[in-house]
Amino acid sequence: MTELAAGGIKADYMAMVRRRRMYSGILMIVFVALLASGFRVANDRNAGGFFDGLHRVLDFPSELVAEAVEKAANLPANLVTYVPALIETLNIAAVSTLIGSLLAILLALLATPGLSLWPRAIPVFRRILDIMRAIPDVVIALMLIFVLGGGPVPAMLAIAFHTTGALGKLFSEVAENADLKPVEGLQSVGASWFQRMWLGVIPQVAPNWLSYALLRFEINVRASAILGFVGAGGIGYELKIAIGWGQGRYDAAAAIFLLLFLTIVVIDQFSSHMRNRLVKGH
Amino acid sequence: MAFTTGATPDAGFDLASARRGAERLIARKRMIAFGAPALVLAYLVYIFFAFDIAGLAARARPENAAVLLSDMYSHKTHVERDNRTGAVEVAIEGERKGTYPADAWPAWVTPAGAGTTVVTLGHGQTVTIAPEDVRFVTVDGETYRIVPAQSGIVLDTPDGEVPDWISASNTRVMITTEGGRLTVTKARTEVFRYFFGWELFFFTLDSPFHGRSFTELVGMAFSDDEVRPGVSNAAAIWSDFWNNSMWRHRDVAWALCETVLMAFLGTISAAIIAVPLAFLSAHNFTPNRPVLFGIRRIFDFLRGVDALIWTIVLSRAFGPGPLTGSLAILLTDTGSFGKLFSEALENVDEKQVEGLRSTGASALQRNRFGVIPQVAPVILSQVLYYLESNTRSATVIGAIVGGGIGLLLTQAIITQKDWEEVTYYIVLIVIVVMLMDTLSGWLRRRLIRG
Repeated sequence: MTELAAGGIKADYMAMVRRRRMYSGILMIVFVALLASGFRVANDRNAGGFFDGLHRVLDFPSELVAEAVEKAANLPANLVTYVPALIETLNIAAVSTLIGSLLAILLALLATPGLSLWPRAIPVFRRILDIMRAIPDVVIALMLIFVLGGGPVPAMLAIAFHTTGALGKLFSEVAENADLKPVEGLQSVGASWFQRMWLGVIPQVAPNWLSYALLRFEINVRASAILGFVGAGGIGYELKIAIGWGQGRYDAAAAIFLLLFLTIVVIDQFSSHMRNRLVKGH
Repeated sequence: MAFTTGATPDAGFDLASARRGAERLIARKRMIAFGAPALVLAYLVYIFFAFDIAGLAARARPENAAVLLSDMYSHKTHVERDNRTGAVEVAIEGERKGTYPADAWPAWVTPAGAGTTVVTLGHGQTVTIAPEDVRFVTVDGETYRIVPAQSGIVLDTPDGEVPDWISASNTRVMITTEGGRLTVTKARTEVFRYFFGWELFFFTLDSPFHGRSFTELVGMAFSDDEVRPGVSNAAAIWSDFWNNSMWRHRDVAWALCETVLMAFLGTISAAIIAVPLAFLSAHNFTPNRPVLFGIRRIFDFLRGVDALIWTIVLSRAFGPGPLTGSLAILLTDTGSFGKLFSEALENVDEKQVEGLRSTGASALQRNRFGVIPQVAPVILSQVLYYLESNTRSATVIGAIVGGGIGLLLTQAIITQKDWEEVTYYIVLIVIVVMLMDTLSGWLRRRLIRG
């Protein structure tokens, strides 16, 4: 009797496993087909095809390296020339992370259930954060360049705007898991909202928030280099000039590539080290 | 931490050292509490000077901001008279595509015979453009007469003085009011009138459906009386909207699809490439140190070079377009995913693998049933996060590489006058990014919590 039941269960189980495998197989085939057709569409709509361009991938880097090697004597001078631009790019990233984090703290607390000053307005603040996150920074930067003129300020404001949205969501997720007991304790002794947040919530969430802010700084360094390329100053702008069609100065471009690469790697390593220390405590 | 090291638990509670420890801790906290804001402030002061914020006021062009904002929600119609040939043209935004046919001018522009045109602006002001002069009449009935003579442009005002809303010189007179703007030069006379809303958003002037109400259109769509013989009305309405030459809805939709496609292809392919490589770069799966070290450095390199440089290098080889964008995302994200996935693999719980080993499972089976189920949720949730954020990156990459909505956006911004189109694209991008956000959140909840 028990053997029979066990056999039935086994058959059922195997049937279920087979069905699951079939479903995931079908899903996989659909997925691969989607990918393949996606690449075909992308390839068709691209100016040059994949296989036409494949052998040319290394042309530009090798041209660049060849010219850089040829003018290797210029490299130290070039590196020094572009350090101010690099510092500007880093400053844009740092200030925008700073301003964005401060605004994000405020908006995140206002958008977190249990902590908000006006609980009814939570959906409003959440939508504000969603919209701030959804607008690409390049759009805001280009519009601000039109109004404010070129330079670092449009890029800074644009990245700060986006950072506020991105960090606000993450900060709010962290704050949701904060222990409310200290907040209630502070409330019982008559602390104001600001005091409750500053003394009851911030100490709990600070390590996680800092870790997210550091990650954001890393992302913002990349973003500020890109915005420079679109016209907002800093090292990206110098790069655009250096590789401009026709009058390319590849030794300068190589120096900028090198600076950018080293900076990003250093910041990447530093921030991942710091984040490990902050979150895991080692 | 200073507190626990200050007190020595095994030697009983030493009050003095505990106190010292506590004081040290408090002193440190106090220093951070005052030092950190002071540092931030000092940095901001430095930035104030480094970015020349004080000089910003001089560089800023508030009139550009006014143009930008008013263009976002309104449009203007130009009435233009060529003072050499005497030809008058009425065109929305001054574009050829928005030019009214000569026999169907809007009601506020009326020909008054003998080459004269009367333009009624909002707020009851009128402009009379005659061959010999231009008269601007205010609400109070005061007439300002402008004569574009060959020797120079002459302005006659009722009291002989030039008010501050008129800028007049020998070569150009410009009158700016709430109702619109009048510019007279030797070559041409131009009147702008502003209207609320986006012009010709649904149908252009040459479409038979222009200027009809929604109910009328619905009625037409279901009637058998074909506006264009051989084409059903519903199809004609759709095609006139879809092929609107001013707003180019079809191209915009394609561009949006291209942007999403870039993000999808780049992210998913990067994940597919990164998974096997992550196994090779995790300590507990690859005993071979050189391989591990090599692959980790490849990941660092891919991430370090950054999407900007990849985009530049790839666009030299493949030209502008969505494929270049996808490949740039693919390269950068392979690096990011490789690092994230190998960290997830290193944090795998060994107990399940041990259990499988005790049943005699092979290495492949151990990984398939012991490791994959543990890391799949992490991998999936990371991929979905990146998919959402790459939709936005694809817009930026499109702006550099020239593909998708990013290209349309930069083109519209560079002309510095199509701000209503910029607004349209921004609204669409925000909608798409929010949809991707919702979709990826929903998928994450469905797939990970079951």
